[in-house]
Amino acid sequence: MRQFLLYIVIVLAGLLFISRLFYLQIYNPNSNNLFEDNAIRKVYDYPKRGFVFDRNGQLLVSNQPSYDVMVIPREVKPLDTLEFCSLLKIDKQAFKDKFEKAYSYSPRLPSVFIPQLSKADYAVLQEKMRKFEGFYIQKRSLRHYQTTIGANVLGSISEVTPGDIAKDPYYKRGDLKGKEGVEASYEDILRGVKGIKFIQKDRFNRNIGPYKDGIYDTIPEQGKDITITIDADLQAYGELLMENKRGGVIALEPSSGEILAMIAAPTFDPNLLVGRERTKNYYKLSIDTIAKPLFNRSIQGVYEPGSPFKLMNALIALQEGVITPQEIVTCSGGYRYGGRIMGCHCAYGTRNNMVGGIMHSCNAYFATAYRKILDKNGNASDGINKWSAHAKSFGLGNFLNNDLHVGQKGRIPDRDYYKHVYPNTFYSTYTISNAIGQGEVATTPIQLANMVAAIANRGYYYTPHIIKKIEGQDIPENFTTPKHTTIDKANFEPVIEGMLQVYKQGTASALQVKDIEICGKTGTVENFIKIDSVRTQLTDHSIFVAFAPKDNPKIALAVFVENGYWGSRFAGRVASLLIEKHIKGTITRTDLEDWLLKHTLEPEYAKPYSGEAFGINRNAVVEEVSPEEYKALKKQLAKLNNKNINAPKHAQTF
Amino acid sequence: MLRNTHRHFKFDWITIILFLLLAGFGWINIISASHVGEEINYFDFSQSYGKQLIFIFLTFILIILLLAIDAKFYERFSSVIYIISMLSLMGLFLFGKNVNGATSWYGIGGMTIQPSEFAKTATALAVAKFVSDLNTNIKNFKDQIQVFIIILIPAVLVLLQNDTGSTIVYGAFFFVLYREGLPKYYLNIGISLIVISILSLKFGGLVTSIVAALLILGYYLLIKRKSNVFLLILIFLISAGISFGIKFFYNALLQPHQKDRISLWLRLEKDPDKLEQMKKTFAYNLNESEKAISSGGFTGRGFMEGTRTTGKFVPEQHTDYIFSTVGEEWGFLGSSMVIIVFVLLLLRILHLAEIQKSQFSRIYGYSVASIIFVHFFINIGMVMGLIPTIGIPLPLFSYGGSGLWAFTILIFIFIKLDSNRINEW
Ligand SMILES: [Zn+2]
Repeated sequence: MRQFLLYIVIVLAGLLFISRLFYLQIYNPNSNNLFEDNAIRKVYDYPKRGFVFDRNGQLLVSNQPSYDVMVIPREVKPLDTLEFCSLLKIDKQAFKDKFEKAYSYSPRLPSVFIPQLSKADYAVLQEKMRKFEGFYIQKRSLRHYQTTIGANVLGSISEVTPGDIAKDPYYKRGDLKGKEGVEASYEDILRGVKGIKFIQKDRFNRNIGPYKDGIYDTIPEQGKDITITIDADLQAYGELLMENKRGGVIALEPSSGEILAMIAAPTFDPNLLVGRERTKNYYKLSIDTIAKPLFNRSIQGVYEPGSPFKLMNALIALQEGVITPQEIVTCSGGYRYGGRIMGCHCAYGTRNNMVGGIMHSCNAYFATAYRKILDKNGNASDGINKWSAHAKSFGLGNFLNNDLHVGQKGRIPDRDYYKHVYPNTFYSTYTISNAIGQGEVATTPIQLANMVAAIANRGYYYTPHIIKKIEGQDIPENFTTPKHTTIDKANFEPVIEGMLQVYKQGTASALQVKDIEICGKTGTVENFIKIDSVRTQLTDHSIFVAFAPKDNPKIALAVFVENGYWGSRFAGRVASLLIEKHIKGTITRTDLEDWLLKHTLEPEYAKPYSGEAFGINRNAVVEEVSPEEYKALKKQLAKLNNKNINAPKHAQTF
Repeated sequence: MLRNTHRHFKFDWITIILFLLLAGFGWINIISASHVGEEINYFDFSQSYGKQLIFIFLTFILIILLLAIDAKFYERFSSVIYIISMLSLMGLFLFGKNVNGATSWYGIGGMTIQPSEFAKTATALAVAKFVSDLNTNIKNFKDQIQVFIIILIPAVLVLLQNDTGSTIVYGAFFFVLYREGLPKYYLNIGISLIVISILSLKFGGLVTSIVAALLILGYYLLIKRKSNVFLLILIFLISAGISFGIKFFYNALLQPHQKDRISLWLRLEKDPDKLEQMKKTFAYNLNESEKAISSGGFTGRGFMEGTRTTGKFVPEQHTDYIFSTVGEEWGFLGSSMVIIVFVLLLLRILHLAEIQKSQFSRIYGYSVASIIFVHFFINIGMVMGLIPTIGIPLPLFSYGGSGLWAFTILIFIFIKLDSNRINEW
């Protein structure tokens, strides 16, 4: 027995060690991944972020250098704090606080001590930096907006969040990433691919040399420039017209689906989201939950479309053969159904054919048409599904699958949608509000603009998109493939004729533009909010859709102006002016322009929050801006007009 | 003529091959652990790996010398060798050179020699000589005292030179003496002492006393009803006394750094600040060495590919922490192989010891296995965080001439003794 003690002990020790090795190396190993290896320093080489140009080659976004003062706390030697503080324009207490904060993050790793120095401060500091050991200046690249417009289009970049890093390991702490607008939707193209160097460290955190002679190192791949479909001049003009209003405007080129202008009002200067003040400004914009400047109404705002949706119903009725263009519907100042009445502003006994129905926006006409569609086969359930399918073929009721960073589905109801409201019997009269674009129908401005583009094209549309050119590659095929609607080409002509007459003699006759045949449709939509949990009606939304010219259309648009009362008052003016601007380049209807600049809806928007009783619609007066503000707006306008003449078409800076 | 050739090949080649495998693989790891920069010149003798190459080369000369000397020499001159060795240890008090707090080196020219490495061999010879003497009976208390003195002299001398690790190595002779007939109660007392110490440090005197009482009671009731009750009570009282007294011993006799190591090992320290402090100081090595081993994974990162080894994250990596290099660069496969080769070497030496005809050779061989085993167990156990940090080298692996030569002498004297056994057949 005695002989075996040491044998046993030796074998047991061997087994114990192998088990321990198993635990350390196989069961619970330290990662072998270079990125997680803290013996290897990863040094990133950031590529130039791609520039953004407008459709005419005007530079919108470029880069600017920014300088951060960095600190490695452990390497800081005693210094002349007083001098250093005065150079950095901070006091001694701030110096102490910042230093302690950096130290508690890590004594060995660099922290940002002062972010984003001004160029002047940098120039002064750079000379003296050698005196302050442990501090150094790190150059970073920030966005440089060459314009003050298009904040909602362009978006901005900001430091990645832990969530971003978890989702895509490409991003490392401190990296910048597109957060909104095209910066977000074309992030992969704009950012390029950063280069990386792996450097072997020793335990004192010093660099020893490239890891494995740098065989794993990569060089950065430059970000690609992009050209977007936006016409910066049109966008700027539209934004100016929408000053002091809230709403969204989308202008498309029907022949391509390109977004010419995407206006969300109110908007802000994109430069607010660059540099040292970004966080503060972003916070300010985000807490304005009433005006919501960060909310892109043109693509996120879901509204009842109102009368412009009558165009859709007219097309479906023709396609389904339930009505002919010549068929007359007599309006008795409203539409009676099941003991109820849907009002209309036609005089009693007005006889409308299709063109008249559209031109006068006759509710009775479209209620009749809508019921005929649904009741075609005597079964409203089948009818509404068929109706829904037609409407959806125009891209309504769903995401358009475009290249915008945000969006809303809107809503085109079908039988399933109504199932829980009307589980058993279902009649066409139950959903009669859909006839006039109210009820359950909901669209975003971009969807409505796309519907108009499809009408302008007589039956097809291209998915609205914002990318025009990507340096060295094609834009997605989806954007160059036409999407056909379920409506035959011939059925568009009567509807377009109706839209033309809206301008010629109908609700928009005051908005005509010389030498341009505009086809349009006004809309006025009731809307409500809750004030102290009481449902309160506000002044109607002003809506307008149009395309022009009638033949070979160049532009199709949808304009929503919140609480603008009736369609041609605000939205119609904006639409006519943008059309004229796009087609002619100059404005003859300066009266419309003047009127828009002069009038503000801000008092209207303030009403519900005033705590006082207020009148709406005809009991509300649209107010004028102060003379000073009017002057300022006129000055801006003059500047725009000037720039249009002088602007070099391929500006290159930085 | 025939007899002559025959003679040359009677050495135990298995042991020799295992020895060479370990020394060779050790050198490869010393290259990884000590090279700086990308350029490697294996013959750059200003580098640790270059020096080690010289040491290995000199080892071959040493081996030839050791094998050339007549086997009888070692037995006959063991007392003289022992006395010279002890004198060399004592001389350190006068001429010793202080390195890292231990006065264990002689500086000769540009070289340093650590006599305590050689003292283990000398002690093994002395113990073998004494115990194999026909007049010695290890069951005899007086003889036990004498052999203990032979072992304690070098043990105390190195302890006084602040080389705690080497002192503990002398515990290896317990295995030898036990094999040769040291009464069983030594084993029982030894194991009990270790268990009681650890239990009471970790869980306190009361818990340990209760556990001891229950065990003794269980022993009495279930195994030996006829045992002497008074003796059992006495054993309990002593155990309880040690349980409560160990704290005193721990606080009063151990140095602060030793206490820290034990408290880290037993996870006694609860104060996070103190723990953080430990991680930055002595526990730093352990932490880094575990990380290095762990990052080796199954197959390892390959020769000179370990990032923690290349970055010199583990201090003392080419000496006491050399096994962490094996772990990082050769992974589970390589590290397990090293452990298996060590185990095979130890078992081979044990086996050879057991088949010796001469008692001297057997005891010496047993001592060789025991000493190497204790080094192996403490070093690798420490590097992997299984036992408290105790600084002793890994035989044949760690950088250093003294250690390599001392183990070479230790092993090859036995190979020579063993070949003599074969020749006598
Ligand atoms: Zn009518």
